[in-house]
Amino acid sequence: MNRITHLFSSKAENILSVFYTAGFPNLSDTISIARELERAGADIIEIGIPFSDPVADGPVIQESNKIALDNGMNLKLLLKQVKEIRQEAKLPIILMGYLNPVLQYGIEKFCSDAAQAGVDGVILPDLPLHEFENEYKSCFEKNGLLNIFLISPTTSESRIREIDAASKGFIYSVSASSTTGAKGSFSEDQVAYFKRLQSLKLKNPQLIGFGISNYESFAIASKYSSGAIIGSAFIQFLKSVSDFKLEMASFINSLRARA
Amino acid sequence: MKYQVDERGYYGKFGGAFIPEMLYPNVEELRTNYVSIIESEDFKKEFDDLLRNYVGRPTPLFLAERLSEKYKAKIYLKREDLCHTGAHKINNTIGQILLAKRLGKQKIIAETGAGQHGVATATVCALMGMECIVYMGKLDMERQRPNVERMRILGTKVVPAISGNMTLKDATNEAMRHWINHPTDTHYIIGSVVGPHPYPDMVARFQSVISQEIKNQLTNETGNPFPDYVIACVGGGSNAAGAFYHFLDDEHVNLIGVEAAGKGVDTNESAATTALGKIGILHGSKSLLMQTEDGQVIEPYSISAGLDYPGIGPMHAHLFSTGRVQFLNATDDEAMNAGIELSRLEGIIPAIESAHAVAVLKKLELSDEDIVVVNLSGRGDKDLETYIKWGKY
Repeated sequence: MNRITHLFSSKAENILSVFYTAGFPNLSDTISIARELERAGADIIEIGIPFSDPVADGPVIQESNKIALDNGMNLKLLLKQVKEIRQEAKLPIILMGYLNPVLQYGIEKFCSDAAQAGVDGVILPDLPLHEFENEYKSCFEKNGLLNIFLISPTTSESRIREIDAASKGFIYSVSASSTTGAKGSFSEDQVAYFKRLQSLKLKNPQLIGFGISNYESFAIASKYSSGAIIGSAFIQFLKSVSDFKLEMASFINSLRARA
Repeated sequence: MKYQVDERGYYGKFGGAFIPEMLYPNVEELRTNYVSIIESEDFKKEFDDLLRNYVGRPTPLFLAERLSEKYKAKIYLKREDLCHTGAHKINNTIGQILLAKRLGKQKIIAETGAGQHGVATATVCALMGMECIVYMGKLDMERQRPNVERMRILGTKVVPAISGNMTLKDATNEAMRHWINHPTDTHYIIGSVVGPHPYPDMVARFQSVISQEIKNQLTNETGNPFPDYVIACVGGGSNAAGAFYHFLDDEHVNLIGVEAAGKGVDTNESAATTALGKIGILHGSKSLLMQTEDGQVIEPYSISAGLDYPGIGPMHAHLFSTGRVQFLNATDDEAMNAGIELSRLEGIIPAIESAHAVAVLKKLELSDEDIVVVNLSGRGDKDLETYIKWGKY
């Protein structure tokens, strides 16, 4: 069974997915960050494929993309690193990135190499639903890769239903109409959106992402969904500590338990 | 109509709408409404009236006799440089702001490279009393200071894009990010035939007034609406799209797009996308794109700030791959020499973008009978600094 599907069938709440950019802060950190995250109790890791023009990202992830590219990260190298991570790792691994690097790698080759390396799912924010279904779906399915779709507060109910029908694994629920970035707390409107989403009783579980940065935001997101995704705040953590290995457990614990 | 966009938003294999879900409602709103709005009588009346009385259309089609003598052909200049604000860009901003008003938007954002589209957007926002923010690469703001101040005088807020190389591509990224963060009350006026469907088609329609007028003017002048050649420069490709539009299905009209070769297509400093790019996705559409093997976008180079974009519109990628449009290129040197030549022969100092189109006249095998239309997309006032630095006049 796909590890994402397995995770959601065995655990329904407080799922913590952690995003970081491959090759940041240093080229080989992709591997050690994954190991430390699993050890510290993260449920899913999402590894970002760096891109020169990350239009859906705020300044923190933009900067990590640039540094990763300057370090020499590319998709080919990343898949090698994932293979190495997978030698020990049991948790689901998702690759997240923009479509162009994947397109240049070759979509068939990407699906097969990613699956072989041990990738379970892919998030490509600039690959819309109908394009996926026309040209990519069969290749993903053939290789057992799940494609994770995004929805946001401005997504209409009919489109949410359409995305739910096309989704497998989980739906990535973007908490606000915004680019990525830590905000601190959720507004009333956002909570109203979480409630509305919960009331739709979708067939797929949802994880809430964008703006998750601490215990409070993780707890609220988890209250209305199966858990949450933390990205920019984790990148900021990586930047701020001298040795992430020493601090990883306390960072992850701080999201799950009130300080 | 085989060169027009299809119902899926594609020109052949190019186009589409590769946008994050957060932008889907905005783009979908445009997609489902743009044709009916643009084709409504009330819109057409207001658009035509503003083009005539505010922009100054129709722009002249000028028979350039001394240039004709030099290149042994009958050469006409389509004088888009005489549009209000000094370039063809305003044809599109007028159209889009009328559309934005009808969609109930209160705020406008735009990206700009050299500042021409930014000024054209700031101008129509002042005219319509709408709030306007223009993103511009920090480097471009330094290079194009007068245009920054023109926008500010017009009441627009100019925000520096400080990511990447701080030029047009990065300004476009920032504008898209702004739109993601302000999806309901804001319309994004994209300045070229790029971006997700329906932008390329929408912008091409607004610019198509150029080729409509050429047809009418040539008919009055010569009794025949069809020239032998239409030549236009291509950065993203909006002035070329407008100049080619009504000739696309008339295959006997030779259409020539001219890209910026920069220091030469064999150097690493060029912006000639059809020569150097391959299929890729940037800013919401699939087109030809200058990129590394890993799919990272390459920063292009040209002396002309309006042509240094790493892609071309999907319509042009299709016209290139079908062979309907022949793509040539001109180096910095060739364009600057052509700019000086046009100044001396016709008393018209062209924008350096437009000078690229003039520069290929000597590369064509023309005959005395050939009727050639060069789309003079903008005037050279904004480029005085570059001409002065160039110095060879």
